[in-house]
Amino acid sequence: MVMTVATPAAASRPVTTAAVRFALTTVHDPEIPTVSIVDLGLVHDIRVEADRIAVELLPTFLACPALEVIRSTVVDALAVFDRPLDVSFTFAVPWTTERLTPAGAAGLRKAGIAPPAEPSAVRCPYCDSSRVAMDSLFGPALCRSLFYCRDCRQPFEAFKVI
Amino acid sequence: MTLENQHIAMDFGGAGDGRTNALGLLLLSMADDEFVIGFSDSEWTGIGPILEEDVAISSIAQDELGHAQALYTLLAELVADGRDADAIAYDRPPEGYLHARLLDHPRGDWAATIVRRYLYDTADAARLQALVDSSHRPLAELVAKIRREERYHLMHVETWLERLARAPGEPRDRLLAALAAMAPDAGTVLAPLPGEPALVRHGIIAEPFAAIEGRWREGVARAFGQLGLPDLPPTRDPGRARADHSQAFRALHTEFTMVRGSEVGATW
Repeated sequence: MVMTVATPAAASRPVTTAAVRFALTTVHDPEIPTVSIVDLGLVHDIRVEADRIAVELLPTFLACPALEVIRSTVVDALAVFDRPLDVSFTFAVPWTTERLTPAGAAGLRKAGIAPPAEPSAVRCPYCDSSRVAMDSLFGPALCRSLFYCRDCRQPFEAFKVI
Repeated sequence: MTLENQHIAMDFGGAGDGRTNALGLLLLSMADDEFVIGFSDSEWTGIGPILEEDVAISSIAQDELGHAQALYTLLAELVADGRDADAIAYDRPPEGYLHARLLDHPRGDWAATIVRRYLYDTADAARLQALVDSSHRPLAELVAKIRREERYHLMHVETWLERLARAPGEPRDRLLAALAAMAPDAGTVLAPLPGEPALVRHGIIAEPFAAIEGRWREGVARAFGQLGLPDLPPTRDPGRARADHSQAFRALHTEFTMVRGSEVGATW
């Protein structure tokens, strides 16, 4: 006896904005694998049209070398929808640190990076101490500064407020 | 209006009112400023005075190149002659660059870099302020983005200016020597562009460059007064503020076009 299971053809699978957004939660900042680009607030706009899917992203810093990697990872993640893609960066609104979600802030801490706060309000991502000192405004990436925790004696990075 | 400098070889389109030409010149001059100072500062990568400063100046240089790329992209969209940002950035002879003479000085020592950055960053901030509400929406949007990043450059360079000015002996002496060499060229960043009347008339820029320069000079005079530094002199030869590039710039140009020139048409 042969059992047939109906499987919807790929082409008839409904493509919704929510489905696209969900697929984008699998795309991470290449240097911060604990935070998706959705939680980082990089996704500005998703438009699902009959003949294409358009995604507009916001760059954190204009010269961020990860932009092209992020763009191509988005293209890979949306290939499943089998529809022409238009993935671009826009400056229509500036990316600001308020765009980071609570899950994004938690993900940053998990990666050893303090979420964005004015320098006087930065807390250690490891022990949550407020006894921290800024070592340098500029860190290993454009978006981060260097700090040192006086309690757990750990150097750490803090996301810049922008 | 046509460009006097034939080497720029760029047709900004046929808008009879001069708007496109004026806007093109503004974008090109801003992009070239950011590109040249960004490339100059990148020479510190690996030889910064201390590790943190090596990282800082490299990050700042990287930011400036990112700003230049975004501005060249706006220009490429405006001109729409098939050239992309890279082609505009790299495929011109040295005479075709429109950066301000302040940026023509050789890299020099750390004090020279701090002086050049301070004078440029403060003048650029005044220029950006006048573009916040630009009628050219893509420029206004980009300027909003750039200003958020430049804030960190200003914090960095103001700290260093004060540190050098308040350290008697060699640090302050070197600062004063660098100022003496560069101060007469500081105002070149805000020297009027040929298309200025059209820029103001069309609301691309909020006010004439003379007004922007006036506000910038007041701010610098306040800061210099607190640090006991000499007042800025008037701009030397303002009519040729963005022409006659130096031997130091020609050497820089040879270097930054070398890779692209080594394999014409290659993609990276």
